[in-house]
Amino acid sequence: MGTTRREFILSTSRAIGLAALGGLVWGAYVDELTANKLMLRPPGALSERDFLRQCIKCGLCVEACPFDTLQLARAGSNKPLGTPYFEPRDVPCYMCPEIPCVPVCPTGALDITKVSTDNKLDINKAQMGVAVVDAKNCVAFWGIQCDACYRACPLLDKAIYLEYSKNERTGKHAFLKPIVDSDYCTGCGLCERACVTQKAAIFVLPREVALGKVGDHYIKGWDSSDDKRVKNAEATTTTTEISKESAIDSLNDTEVLLDD
Amino acid sequence: MALSRRDFLKSTAAASAASAIGMSVPSSLQAKADEAQSGWRWDKAACRFCGTGCGIMMATKEGKIVAVKGDPAAPVNRGLNCIKGYFNAKIMYGADRLKTPLLRMNDKGEFDKQGKFAPVSWERAFDEMEVHIKKALKASGPEGVGVFASGQYTVMEGYAALKMMKGGLRSNAFDPNARHCMASAVVGFYQTFGIDEPSGCYDDIELTDTVVAWGSNMAEMHPILWSRVTDRKLSDPERVKVINISTYRHRTSDLADMEIIFTPNTDLALWNYIAREIVMRDDAEKIIDWDFVKKHIVFAASPVNIGYGMRKDNEKSIKEGKYTPLEMETIQKEMSKVVSATEAPALKPYGYKEGDVMKNEVPLVDGKPEMLKHWEISFEEYKKFLEPYTLDYVASISKGNPDEDIEEFKKKLQTLANLYIEKGRKVVSFWTMGMNQHTRGTWVNTLSYNVHFLLNKQAKPGDGAFSLTGQPSACGTAREVGTFCHRLPADMMVANPQHREITEKAWKIPATTLNPVGNQHIMKIHRDIEDGVIKFAWVNVCNPYQDTASAKHWIKAAREMDNFIVTSDGYPGISAKVSDLILPSAMIYEKWGAYGNAERRTQHWRQQVLPVGDAMSDTWQWVELSKRFKIKEVWGEYTLRNGLKLPSVIEEAKKMGYSEDTTLFDILFANERAKSYKLDANDPIQKGYDNSEGYGDSRNVKGSDGEVFKGYGFFIQKYLFEEYADFGRGHAHDLADFDTYHKVRGLKWPVVDGKETQWRFNAQYDPYAAKATKESGNSHAFYGTLAKALVQGDLMGVKDPTPKPLPNKAKIFARPYMDPPEMPDKEYPVWLSTGRVLEHWHSGTMTMRVPELYRAVPEALCYMHPEDAKRYDVKQGELCWVESRRGKVKARVETRGRNRPSRGLVFVPWFDEKVFINKVCLDATCPQSGQTDFKKCAVKIYKA
Repeated sequence: MGTTRREFILSTSRAIGLAALGGLVWGAYVDELTANKLMLRPPGALSERDFLRQCIKCGLCVEACPFDTLQLARAGSNKPLGTPYFEPRDVPCYMCPEIPCVPVCPTGALDITKVSTDNKLDINKAQMGVAVVDAKNCVAFWGIQCDACYRACPLLDKAIYLEYSKNERTGKHAFLKPIVDSDYCTGCGLCERACVTQKAAIFVLPREVALGKVGDHYIKGWDSSDDKRVKNAEATTTTTEISKESAIDSLNDTEVLLDD
Repeated sequence: MALSRRDFLKSTAAASAASAIGMSVPSSLQAKADEAQSGWRWDKAACRFCGTGCGIMMATKEGKIVAVKGDPAAPVNRGLNCIKGYFNAKIMYGADRLKTPLLRMNDKGEFDKQGKFAPVSWERAFDEMEVHIKKALKASGPEGVGVFASGQYTVMEGYAALKMMKGGLRSNAFDPNARHCMASAVVGFYQTFGIDEPSGCYDDIELTDTVVAWGSNMAEMHPILWSRVTDRKLSDPERVKVINISTYRHRTSDLADMEIIFTPNTDLALWNYIAREIVMRDDAEKIIDWDFVKKHIVFAASPVNIGYGMRKDNEKSIKEGKYTPLEMETIQKEMSKVVSATEAPALKPYGYKEGDVMKNEVPLVDGKPEMLKHWEISFEEYKKFLEPYTLDYVASISKGNPDEDIEEFKKKLQTLANLYIEKGRKVVSFWTMGMNQHTRGTWVNTLSYNVHFLLNKQAKPGDGAFSLTGQPSACGTAREVGTFCHRLPADMMVANPQHREITEKAWKIPATTLNPVGNQHIMKIHRDIEDGVIKFAWVNVCNPYQDTASAKHWIKAAREMDNFIVTSDGYPGISAKVSDLILPSAMIYEKWGAYGNAERRTQHWRQQVLPVGDAMSDTWQWVELSKRFKIKEVWGEYTLRNGLKLPSVIEEAKKMGYSEDTTLFDILFANERAKSYKLDANDPIQKGYDNSEGYGDSRNVKGSDGEVFKGYGFFIQKYLFEEYADFGRGHAHDLADFDTYHKVRGLKWPVVDGKETQWRFNAQYDPYAAKATKESGNSHAFYGTLAKALVQGDLMGVKDPTPKPLPNKAKIFARPYMDPPEMPDKEYPVWLSTGRVLEHWHSGTMTMRVPELYRAVPEALCYMHPEDAKRYDVKQGELCWVESRRGKVKARVETRGRNRPSRGLVFVPWFDEKVFINKVCLDATCPQSGQTDFKKCAVKIYKA
């Protein structure tokens, strides 16, 4: 496993700091790991692990961004120094069709193929993160007619759609609840930016953090497009507590049957 | 006083139970409940924003509003709000709230039009107003003093302003921003029913099977009503149909079963197509309810060559060359136009063919100009009029999406007509600005009733054409109080001598004081300023220098000509910026008030807090101004522009016991009746609440005489309301008494014997209709009295000039499709429509100061089709120019998101003063209603 020089330096310096300052820095170290996990990267970014390997902290993507969405992590920010990220509540990604931040990347840390369809740039393919709704604090779930996030969504009716249901309390109004479809959500964060609650009730998290994953061994019988997952499906030997012994060994172990 | 736990439970439970069912609790118990909640006080109010009229509760703590909740007892919203309503608690506390009068001055402290704004006292502010009003009266008479009034006035302040302008200064140059908002609906009501305002109510939503939105993005503009429509759809998804009819795709299509995108202005043809289907298929299918039609309806026609409400070539500013040759390309159509291929078939029954020159003119009645001229025709004539609106013709001119298949579009039109026609299917047609802001706005409003009348689907539960209003008190104040140039309270008109007489008597002013010429509507006020006629103008609760089309003309006129412009406002908007004097106004919950919503519901609230800074209410400002005018200064003889003389009424006034030196204040506001409304700290309505006008308040604001204002000493708001309400009582506009409104969650007028009215004109529900049908046994009585005797004729004109009365009848009008005056061409190839977004109210002076709403939508975008963006070489997220013959603005291109125009149309909302789209828009109006068409003009788009 190859470690880049910079990562080596970074992790070494952490280890040194930890050794020197003991518990005092330990907390900061954990925070940094956590923060790192929650960082939103520019469109086309490789998986966090690969991204950190490839990114040379040159700042070209940050310079290319016409909306000043992207920033470089500063020292003391608890984020891997010099790497690009954005905070949608401050400035979201406006999803430029030309995606100026990606082609300028000299190392492929921002991978143009991840935001292209048929060799053409396609920002709708970006997977910067995914929006998550806190239904307790989203006022649309109270019945307030809001949906500011829905109307702000560049992929409105796809990435965010409205679910209608009756408001039994009033007897004559309906809930119009925003629902995120992670198949379409790019994580641009225009919804988080637009949210009118004091702290956003819809917010973007990295996809790895926010999303679950179903196994490829079960395919939706009612959705033919789900068949494509069979491609990844493979038979593997399974082991549980009950199957960890060989069949012969367990067959020969009869003592347990007579235990009181 | 200590409360036991049991007392606490009892009092809070009683108070919340009472508020949940909308009844009042004994004040002693209420006081205990207040105390129990310790530290804050809840009280009911109405939402500041749209015409829906949601009920809210305000929490006040330490003299400031700190929180708001939807009022669970309010029938309109049952505790819910939209996100503008959600922020009612924050709208009064923007950092740049105006706190003191500001005057443009030079270094010597003199007024100087070129000077910078600097703080002055209220006394100095009124000194300047007095001087400049007197100067304007001297130069131009009452026609020289104008007021930009409002559909956001409280009922009381609208009434105070009306009384002072019309009864005091004898000026009818007094017109509200509501002119831009629903004037076409009003003239539609007048011409059709003879009386203003909708026959139905919001309960129609729960009772109907079909909701058709015509030029109304209800999903964003009336969100609480839209959630009721949504609930209705969810209740019976198969049966209930929702149709969205618009010139571009917007959020109201989300829920719709069918969306019809039409070419701007062709809604006229769509309505006539539906009517034609009804009439032509009637023989075979027995569609028309002939019993209803024969008993209740007459058919009518009116001239078609009436122009587009633009300036005429004999007007001063046109002659002086203030309009560029480019602007004149459009304006010349006001004088005459060439009949186009699209409108020729519709105009054939009127004797026009393609290529004919149509000379526009104001129709004459008895030799006098009368834009509202109309006459009775036969059903056969109406049928002849409908002949051209075949499916082929209508589809060919109205298909608004060039990428839609014409056959698909035709199927949609047929489906639409069949939904209306289907026996037993209830239908509500809702509309807002799309049908009102229209150069044939009055026409298209009347066409909607045609369809409903033929089918007997009007003024019945779940059935009816229903005009939704934009502003919170466009109905309650602008229309019912009558803050229009031509109106008086309760549907009375300045042009009608009997109405003037009734008003003069009620106001205890001499006979013939009131000016009978009321033609200075809001565009006319702007134009009269530009022509140098109006020398003094006062902006009240509106933002006319941002909200009026062809904006550059009016701003230039205000800034560069010899006049004096005053703006009363809470915040520094564009109107304040172009003014000479700015007055800080108390905002909504800083004063006692009442609003009336779109379903005729009147709602009152108490003053919750003291105003910020030295701000004072608009009522106070008008009343203080009245102290500056003596009878001898305003009631002498004047000659109006048209040569008519307003006689001196000074001698008459003396006979009434006034002297030459009696002030307008003494007569109009501090009279015997006014003083009979007592301030009373023990009155359960007043107890514990401030009344800054009544008592003055702890701020000790120095008033118009330089002394600390100590109050009028009587309950002026109650006086103004009760005196105003008397005009409508017994005349089908009945309002309940002041105190009742403080106990209930609003009532829909007419309120007769304590009961509100859900469906007007329907004998089952409306006591006035019940009375009128006692002998006939008819189901309905359209008892309005305006224009209820018609001369007879055919489509071409009057044939028999003897007026025939039509008591209790309504009218179906023959009104054709016509082109708007400006349409896309080679130079300006794109339609521009303007409008609103849910997050912002009007010109944004309040909502752009709420951080959350500002962040949600910080700027107005130019919505366009992605193919158009390519075609004009502009890019998503980048700036483009939107340019018309009148001006240009830069806006960011949006090809995604909430609005999705078809190719050939762009949409730009107008809330953003930095994207000043009204510099681009055309000030063409419906010539009958005077309402501007903000929904269509021609622009070009290019890279910025």
